[in-house]
Amino acid sequence: MYLFRGGMASEQAANVPADHMQKWMKWMESLGQKGILVGGEPLQPTGKQVNGSKKVVTDGPFIEAKELVGGYLIVNAKDINEAVEISKGCPIFEEDGKLEVRPIQKMEM
Amino acid sequence: MPDSKNSEIYKTVDHLFRQESGKMVAVLTRIFGFPNIEQAEDIVQDTILKALEVWKWGKVPDNPQAWLYQSAKNKSIDIIRRKKLKYKIENEIAILLKSEYSLAPIVTEMFTVGEIKDSQLRMMFACCHPSISPEAQITLMLKTLCGLSIKEIGNAFLTNEETINKRLYRTKEKIRADKISLDYPGADTMPKRMDGVLKTLYLLFSEGYSSSHPEKLIREDLCEEAMRMTILLSENPKTNHPHTNALLALMCYQVSRFNTRLDDKGLIILLKDQDRSQWNKFLIEKGNEYMMRAAEGEMVHDFHIEAAITSVHANSASFEKTNWKLILTLYNTLLDRTNNPMVALNRCLVLAEVEGYERAIEELNRMKGLSGNCYYNSSLGEMYLKTGDKEKAKIYFGKALSLTSSNAETELIRRKINLCLSAGRAGS
Repeated sequence: MYLFRGGMASEQAANVPADHMQKWMKWMESLGQKGILVGGEPLQPTGKQVNGSKKVVTDGPFIEAKELVGGYLIVNAKDINEAVEISKGCPIFEEDGKLEVRPIQKMEM
Repeated sequence: MPDSKNSEIYKTVDHLFRQESGKMVAVLTRIFGFPNIEQAEDIVQDTILKALEVWKWGKVPDNPQAWLYQSAKNKSIDIIRRKKLKYKIENEIAILLKSEYSLAPIVTEMFTVGEIKDSQLRMMFACCHPSISPEAQITLMLKTLCGLSIKEIGNAFLTNEETINKRLYRTKEKIRADKISLDYPGADTMPKRMDGVLKTLYLLFSEGYSSSHPEKLIREDLCEEAMRMTILLSENPKTNHPHTNALLALMCYQVSRFNTRLDDKGLIILLKDQDRSQWNKFLIEKGNEYMMRAAEGEMVHDFHIEAAITSVHANSASFEKTNWKLILTLYNTLLDRTNNPMVALNRCLVLAEVEGYERAIEELNRMKGLSGNCYYNSSLGEMYLKTGDKEKAKIYFGKALSLTSSNAETELIRRKINLCLSAGRAGS
């Protein structure tokens, strides 16, 4: 799983220019054609947080905008190195954003 | 609000509807997949109705096309988000439609000029799939790609709306059952599939060009739509074959004399008597252009020969100055290839110009199986009339008269019979 931080990913949808959206689409299209893409969604830069055993609800955002998770994508890769390689084509780097690669944990029952 | 303004808006929307609904249905069917074609048609229908509703109260936007596309885009995105489609989307963009990252951009991209044309071509191949009958192919094409209403299609086929509805329903079911997708045929099947598409367009065009249909407007529409789609094929390198250009040349030449074939009372004017100064020079030039392009490559298609025949006519200064010998040679070639009785019949009329009416009568009498054909009998009548044998001419024109259902043809044949009855030298 890729977690996106910073760049345009942290902007409100209305502020994201169309050519930027096209770049993301093209990247995803190329992943889709290779059968790498599983799915993912952009996230709004607002939200609520529900905390602890008392379930206290607080308003977001919670941290600085550029540290905020702006969206995620799930891809098929044989290992983390391959996933890192694939991620280098992501348009987020053109906007000086960050991308975190995290393998999904398979839970053994 | 004054009625005139309303009717103005209806006229604009009507024109737009034809032009744009075919494009939008093709694009949306490409996005949703063929099984969901009804959904695509519904969205387009809604979009047009909404446009009518909104524009009625204000003015028509400066770019009505963009307005329609935006509205159709929004509706389709909404339907995809709410997963309201009856059949699962299974195409190469399905995964992009699943994520908000790519949903709006991919739908927007599908509505760009190049992608619209691409979708129209894909749709054309799907409509002309060999497992569908030629009649059903034309019906589906007129409905989905040309934006004709069920009523208009019924008119074109001289049948009622119910028949057309049933035909469309069965065709769509067949496409779903056979899992026909909106993909280009592979390189191995491309030539065959292209041939199928061109033949269907030729049929559609002929349907419009045939003089047997009572309504002139519908006929011009059919010819125009057939041409529009053939032009689309010629604009794409994948489908711009010499055959495509030959068909397009043929169409240009034929349409160039559309307006001189009937007089103001709707009566048929024969080629000989047509006012050549009224032939459309622009279309003849276009025809010549496409003819040049059709000459590229080595394969000769029937369209090449048919186009060559019409080209000789279109480029002749007068009926008398026509190079009949060349036309006869072309007909001989065409007959060898097709063995089509109507080609044989037309060849006889050309033979008459080259070797005389007696020779033509001889050959016509030798032809079998056409005695129930109106055109065959009227041709024989004409030949006998030309030789001065009014008795025989009258008999054949009489037969022809009983075989036509078209008002224009009936009137033409009646005039000929009157000539047979009148005294003095024969001739038209």
